[in-house]
Amino acid sequence: MGDVEHIPKELKLIDESGVRLDGRRYDELRPIRIEAGVLKKADGSAYIEWGNNKVLAAVYGPREAHPRHLQDPAKALVQCRYNMAPFSVTERKRPGPDRRSVEISKVISEAFASVVFVEQFPRTSVDIFIEVLQADAGTRCAGLTAASVALADAGIPMRDLVTSCASGKIGGVVALDLNKDEDNFGEADCPMAIVPRTGEIVLLQMDGHLTVDEFERAMDLSIVATKGIYELQRDALRRRYSAMAEQAMEAPPPPPIPSELPPPPDMPEDELPEVDDL
Amino acid sequence: MTAVVISELMREHINRLAASGKRSDGRVFDEPRSLTVHKNYIKTAEGSARVQLGNTDVLVGVKIDVGEPYADTPNQGVLTTSAELIPMASPNFESGPPSPTAIELARVVDRGIRETKTVNTEKLCITPKEKVWIMFIDIHALDYDGNLFDAASYGALSALSCAIVPASKIGKADYPLPLEHWPISVTSAKIGSSIVVDPNLDEERIADARLTVTTDENGDVRAMQKGLKGSFNLEEVRGAIRTSQRVGRTLREVIQQG
Repeated sequence: MGDVEHIPKELKLIDESGVRLDGRRYDELRPIRIEAGVLKKADGSAYIEWGNNKVLAAVYGPREAHPRHLQDPAKALVQCRYNMAPFSVTERKRPGPDRRSVEISKVISEAFASVVFVEQFPRTSVDIFIEVLQADAGTRCAGLTAASVALADAGIPMRDLVTSCASGKIGGVVALDLNKDEDNFGEADCPMAIVPRTGEIVLLQMDGHLTVDEFERAMDLSIVATKGIYELQRDALRRRYSAMAEQAMEAPPPPPIPSELPPPPDMPEDELPEVDDL
Repeated sequence: MTAVVISELMREHINRLAASGKRSDGRVFDEPRSLTVHKNYIKTAEGSARVQLGNTDVLVGVKIDVGEPYADTPNQGVLTTSAELIPMASPNFESGPPSPTAIELARVVDRGIRETKTVNTEKLCITPKEKVWIMFIDIHALDYDGNLFDAASYGALSALSCAIVPASKIGKADYPLPLEHWPISVTSAKIGSSIVVDPNLDEERIADARLTVTTDENGDVRAMQKGLKGSFNLEEVRGAIRTSQRVGRTLREVIQQG
């Protein structure tokens, strides 16, 4: 909120020729770059840059669920922790979970619960950690999109990747993927997440003011955009695994086996182990 | 554990009913439970309402106090919403810090009221940058029989609609809270392939997904929240919006007259 004051109220978010403050058209995404497998310790990880958002996602598990009373004897829990670094926003954010991040963690957990094959891992937990390092609106979409790649990188069986994007309304125009200024001064924001293969909507939130017709157009924009983002997710995974395959191919050949093995040392009979000792 | 076993039996029962177009309490799919609103229930609050949606019973109190405005809105009053799911209301509620469920509930109710600009917060400014009126909406669940989202948001709107700004505290005349819009949230739950409105507790327990849509008096969408682990397709979302508009019109009248 700290960056709010220096921007005049009558700011035009989109001009007569349909160009937005950052030069985009109404149906343009910010540039997105996804990289899979960026952390060593995590079972799976991904990094996403989405405009000025920088978000890391890590996945651990399936591992024993803690605390134990949360364990489900029939399936795995999918538990997400969305967290913003104190330095990720203009005015320092107090560290630790606040109400907003608790809610976002909950809706992201629920979005993934229906795509992970939870019944294969009873009593365990699949833990997803999303860390927002630099925020410029749309962090839950960026985080969810990255987490999806991290889950795949961790080898968690899923029905499909989940892809997320938001649309909203700025200066009276329905537009895709709002940035911070557009979110602060726009009329509405509607983040969604979809299972691209089936069209199932697994996350849907909205705040602001949209007519039903505007909502339809916002969803259309998001759905079209998620198709492209889905390709970026798949491409990140392909790059990760082709790099791993190449590494395996290029590994130095094992040392040559000596043509003549040294003769085995003589083994005195009394040193043979007794059967009882085995 | 008992609850889980019952819910498995209930699941089969409710699923079978749903497949033949019926519900466990005899309602049709797009029929909400009856809503009763009792405004000004608490004398010590500036505004209050006790709301019964079927057997779900929620008490909402609004306290209004002098406080500091946020730096980015120096001449606007402040709205804060919290919810307590007290152990009295359900065997499954426990005391302790607010659970994610309680937090989500408070935030979804808050969003509906805030995004509809229900209260004209500019009329709650006392001295710009220094003093404004702060509204505290406190949601107290008393008896939980499903769909707290809607019951709590009807309670909050009802309580706001009868709230008085206690301006006599600062030497001015008291005045009614400046209410300008009437947002109504309507929650749909997906059970198998059926979608029912205003789920009761049994339905909510077995529901795959939940969608809360808040519309204003023009039928425009002001807030949405999808919950639970299942999903909706786009056509189902459209249906939920239409239901919210239609059901909302009837319930808005109940709250306005209550």
